[in-house]
Amino acid sequence: MFSSAVSTTSAPNTRTSQPIVTGTTVLGIKYADGVMLAADTLASYGSLARYNDVRRIQKVGSSTLIGASGEISDFQSVLDILEGMTREDINLDDGYTRTPAEIHGYLRSVMYQRRNKGNPLWNQLLVAGYREKPFLGYVDLIGTAYEENFIATGFGAYLAIPIIRDRWRADLSEGEARALVEDCLRVMYYRDCRASNRIQIAKATGAGVSISEPYVISSDWETANFDIRHSTRGSDGSSW
Amino acid sequence: MEPMAGEWTSAAHSMGTTIMAVEYNGGVILGADSRTTTGVYVANRASDKITQLTDNVYLCRSGSAADTQVVSDYVRYFLNQHTIQLGREATVKTAATLVKELAYQNKSFLQAGMIVAGWDKYDGGSVYAVPLGGTLLRLPFATGGSGSSYLYGFLDQAWRPQMSKDEAERFVVKSIALAIARDGASGGVVRTVTVNEHGVERNFFAGDKLPLFHEEIPPGRNSLLA
Repeated sequence: MFSSAVSTTSAPNTRTSQPIVTGTTVLGIKYADGVMLAADTLASYGSLARYNDVRRIQKVGSSTLIGASGEISDFQSVLDILEGMTREDINLDDGYTRTPAEIHGYLRSVMYQRRNKGNPLWNQLLVAGYREKPFLGYVDLIGTAYEENFIATGFGAYLAIPIIRDRWRADLSEGEARALVEDCLRVMYYRDCRASNRIQIAKATGAGVSISEPYVISSDWETANFDIRHSTRGSDGSSW
Repeated sequence: MEPMAGEWTSAAHSMGTTIMAVEYNGGVILGADSRTTTGVYVANRASDKITQLTDNVYLCRSGSAADTQVVSDYVRYFLNQHTIQLGREATVKTAATLVKELAYQNKSFLQAGMIVAGWDKYDGGSVYAVPLGGTLLRLPFATGGSGSSYLYGFLDQAWRPQMSKDEAERFVVKSIALAIARDGASGGVVRTVTVNEHGVERNFFAGDKLPLFHEEIPPGRNSLLA
């Protein structure tokens, strides 16, 4: 009947976002008493080491831990959702709270649904917990989900997993597990440009869930003879 | 020869910007430069990038001028209603969460890096960063905008917790002056806003009265004709 004088164009629907503020590797290993998660506390902004004290491992309820790599704002959104679920558990007050496995299964659905809508939550998440037996699961931005005895996200999959494969046993003591995980994070610090040496270790056992305060891990620059003043060889530790 | 209609005539208004907020012993200091650019043209050399959200909460804006103006308008509107319904002044955390919500839910449309800072009786002075993507982080101090890139080294070395009000304000002015010196997209004057339990105080530091750094000549005889 009449033609519009102004053409109406709606804003382009660009949904698949890109990650901006990101965290790197999260490690998870099962050990004798339960499950351990570890990660550094850095959030990067591209190549810039932007925020040094970001807690990428958080408690969910009283028996579950969740660790995230990828976009931090999406992780915060996941935590909001989980907090709502925890609040529901508390308010229902029927003696039952969601298990780590249930939380893992729920997040799997959420992540896969978002992937199908072309609007992913840009994270790789580790869900860890202890309810009668230890649980360790992985979910990511495209909805991949699985359980394993030890898992690493991001760069850790390449650097840390081989180290863990060499040393892992189901009956690792807490001290051995901590040492293993620290050694892996040290290698991450040496070899991952987006890693820092300020880390947190968390554990979920029959006694409950706890997350350490951040602390700085040591690094070794001596034994590999990097100091060229003491060397007659090549200046980078090489033999020629 | 540059054509009459250069790229700058159609470029979006961006606030190149240096913004900053610091928590001090008793409140917060917000600071910003005053340059708004369209491409390489300075559209406004005396902008005010520190916007009021409530009596006790202010917002530093960087990125797209239009995006941050709209976000702050919405948040001011929501907080106004919230304050009436709540019956007391809104908390800084609430204001920051609203800013985050808009930034996060509209992340594919917005280019806005913001800092929310203010004072309330529950948490005292608080500073919240809301960078691109809509992450929300409470921090002892925050910076943003293109000029902030030049400040990381300086701040890592010079920032200390629990500064006094005067120390903190001098610190903010010095930081922004340093950024203006090196960032082409930042410039003009330094504006500061101090928020504490006693209220709000605005301050103004003229562009030619800022501290001087490497290779900057002090003012003297301004003209060879004098």
